[in-house]
Amino acid sequence: MVESRKVRILVAKPGLDGHDRGAKIIARALRDAGYEVIYTGLHQTPEMIVAAALQEDVDAVGLSILSGAHMTLIPAIIDLLAEKGLGDVAVFGGGIIPDDDIPVLEKKGVRKIFTPGASTDHIVEWMRANVKPREL
Amino acid sequence: MKKNLEAARAARKAWEDGLLKKTLEKAPERQARFATLSDMEIGRLYTETDGAERDDDAEIGLPGEFPYTRGIHPTMYRGKVWTMRQFAGFGAAEDTNKRFKYLLAEGVNGLSTAFDMPTLMGYDADHPMSRGEVGREGVAVSTLEDMEILFDGIPLGEVTTSMTINAPAIVLMCMYVAIAEKKGIPRAKLGGTIQADMLKEFIAQKEWIVSPRPSVRILMDMIQWCADELPKWNSVSVSGYHIREAGATAVQELAFTLADGLEYVKQGVARGMDVDHFAPRISFFFDVHNDFFEEIAKLRAARRIWAREMKQRFNAKNPRSWMLRTHCQTAGVSLTAQQPMNNVVRVAVQALAAVLGGTQSLHTNSLDETLALPSEEAVTIALRTQQVIAEETGVVNTVDPLGGSYFVEALTDRVEREAMDYIKRIDVMGGMIDAVEHGFPQREIADSAWRFQRGLERGEKTIVGINKYVVKENVPIPLLKIDPAVERRQVERLAKVRKNRDQAKHLRAMQALASACHTDQNLTPLVLEAVRALATLGEISECFRQAWGAYREPVSF
Repeated sequence: MVESRKVRILVAKPGLDGHDRGAKIIARALRDAGYEVIYTGLHQTPEMIVAAALQEDVDAVGLSILSGAHMTLIPAIIDLLAEKGLGDVAVFGGGIIPDDDIPVLEKKGVRKIFTPGASTDHIVEWMRANVKPREL
Repeated sequence: MKKNLEAARAARKAWEDGLLKKTLEKAPERQARFATLSDMEIGRLYTETDGAERDDDAEIGLPGEFPYTRGIHPTMYRGKVWTMRQFAGFGAAEDTNKRFKYLLAEGVNGLSTAFDMPTLMGYDADHPMSRGEVGREGVAVSTLEDMEILFDGIPLGEVTTSMTINAPAIVLMCMYVAIAEKKGIPRAKLGGTIQADMLKEFIAQKEWIVSPRPSVRILMDMIQWCADELPKWNSVSVSGYHIREAGATAVQELAFTLADGLEYVKQGVARGMDVDHFAPRISFFFDVHNDFFEEIAKLRAARRIWAREMKQRFNAKNPRSWMLRTHCQTAGVSLTAQQPMNNVVRVAVQALAAVLGGTQSLHTNSLDETLALPSEEAVTIALRTQQVIAEETGVVNTVDPLGGSYFVEALTDRVEREAMDYIKRIDVMGGMIDAVEHGFPQREIADSAWRFQRGLERGEKTIVGINKYVVKENVPIPLLKIDPAVERRQVERLAKVRKNRDQAKHLRAMQALASACHTDQNLTPLVLEAVRALATLGEISECFRQAWGAYREPVSF
């Protein structure tokens, strides 16, 4: 039996804020948990993030945003992913996202929003339970 | 004191062998190891034996005198309490102008401006990178017209204004000077601070336009121009705040901040400027986190290191060059979204540490800042916290009440020593520009952030409401919402300015600026001319990108 390949995750920073402490910690925790992790770096447009997701054949995209632009940028990323045939990529996110916005984003297709205080163990557990390698 | 040292050592030994030993046998301590928030191990007891090798007269001294360990002013808060300066900015210029006026009416005595992300990155409101960001995390300012609205009705000659802006700082400072000109306020009366600390942008805050060397060149142009033209203006605010928030320890925050400051002084001297001409206008900005004594020690050590380095390294003669004047802000990163009312308590304790550390001005965070920009109710509690400390607690009655505490002095020495170890390592690398280009402080901070997170998750560190005393349901609190129409209105106003300005004057100013970028000419007067000609923040920033290329950070985690 062929061993299933490792899940690949893109950790991305949409928007203009420079708060990358959380994104870097999540990237490191996921790597330590055995995932293949690609980090985009800061100040990424939705187009740049989706291009990276496509190029890297990722199974999940983690979006960290603390600038308040989440209601503009996250839906734009979801739409662009679908447009490029990546509708099955699991999108999750975190940052400064008020409770009221979470159901709206989930309805749009975000699988999970982690709120401040979420532990890295909790995020890894969620990943194990919910994200499998896509059929490429 | 020194002559009693032997007796003190003997007494301590007798206590350790006797009472202490017996006590520990019966009741062991709660933990094997006690450490600060930054994981600095703390001893059980401090006595005069801990400071035995210190020359108290030289190292602690008296307030207002070198090396300023006990404060930069002889009377400190007996003379004047710190400036209560609440950071504010959201939406369009009109919204923030209203908040400024509210804060002044409620008793702040200095303004502090938060700009939105596009402004911080040098993009106009109509740039594709700005979508969804306009007015969200601060106020949107693209043109001189926005700046005039922002400060409408505010007496610029009386109120001091701080502006948290870095990569495009030269543009915002010139706009401030230009609106003061229009109001007829002489430059000599303009008091305030422009953050402009570019090295910490590459280290931690990560808002930039061009790469480190041209960024520092632009800053040095401002520092030089301010030294000649704006005698009451702080031309840079060397900032540890963002370094700490990104995950640095207290020692790293202190060391990297001072190393940034030392680099700017070195650059100024290399330009042929007299150190005593510009160093007195260098100011600082530190974070004040939860570990009460660690923070107080950090501020005391900061003053001592800066004074000594300015005197010995740069041969500064003017005492004002030796004095580290600082603003402090309570630690945003310490606030929790869970049980947000608890944040009021954290802020109060941190604010008290800033005051006992001898700060010159202070921002207290609002309880709702992990969720959104502060509501008016939340910011009022934050301001009242400072007013309670200043007017009810009595901590202002004497200068440096903790000076001479065995523990505080020993911790000050230790923080100083460990920060100096870092500063020496950075010197060996060639200074902070080189260290930043090699990614050294960036890596150190990311490693500290990671260690703290692991410690928290293993339960070695406690955050109330996060990994202890957790409740299932949080009571929602009212949050400030930004009207999505702000972006559209801002774009429309910008289009009007672009259309109606004197195009020939604008073109001349922009061409003059573009050609000066590749010379040694000071850029400040040229940017001033450009903003007078209604050049936008985005256009001037684009001129810098054309000259030096847009900066992209090497990615690592």
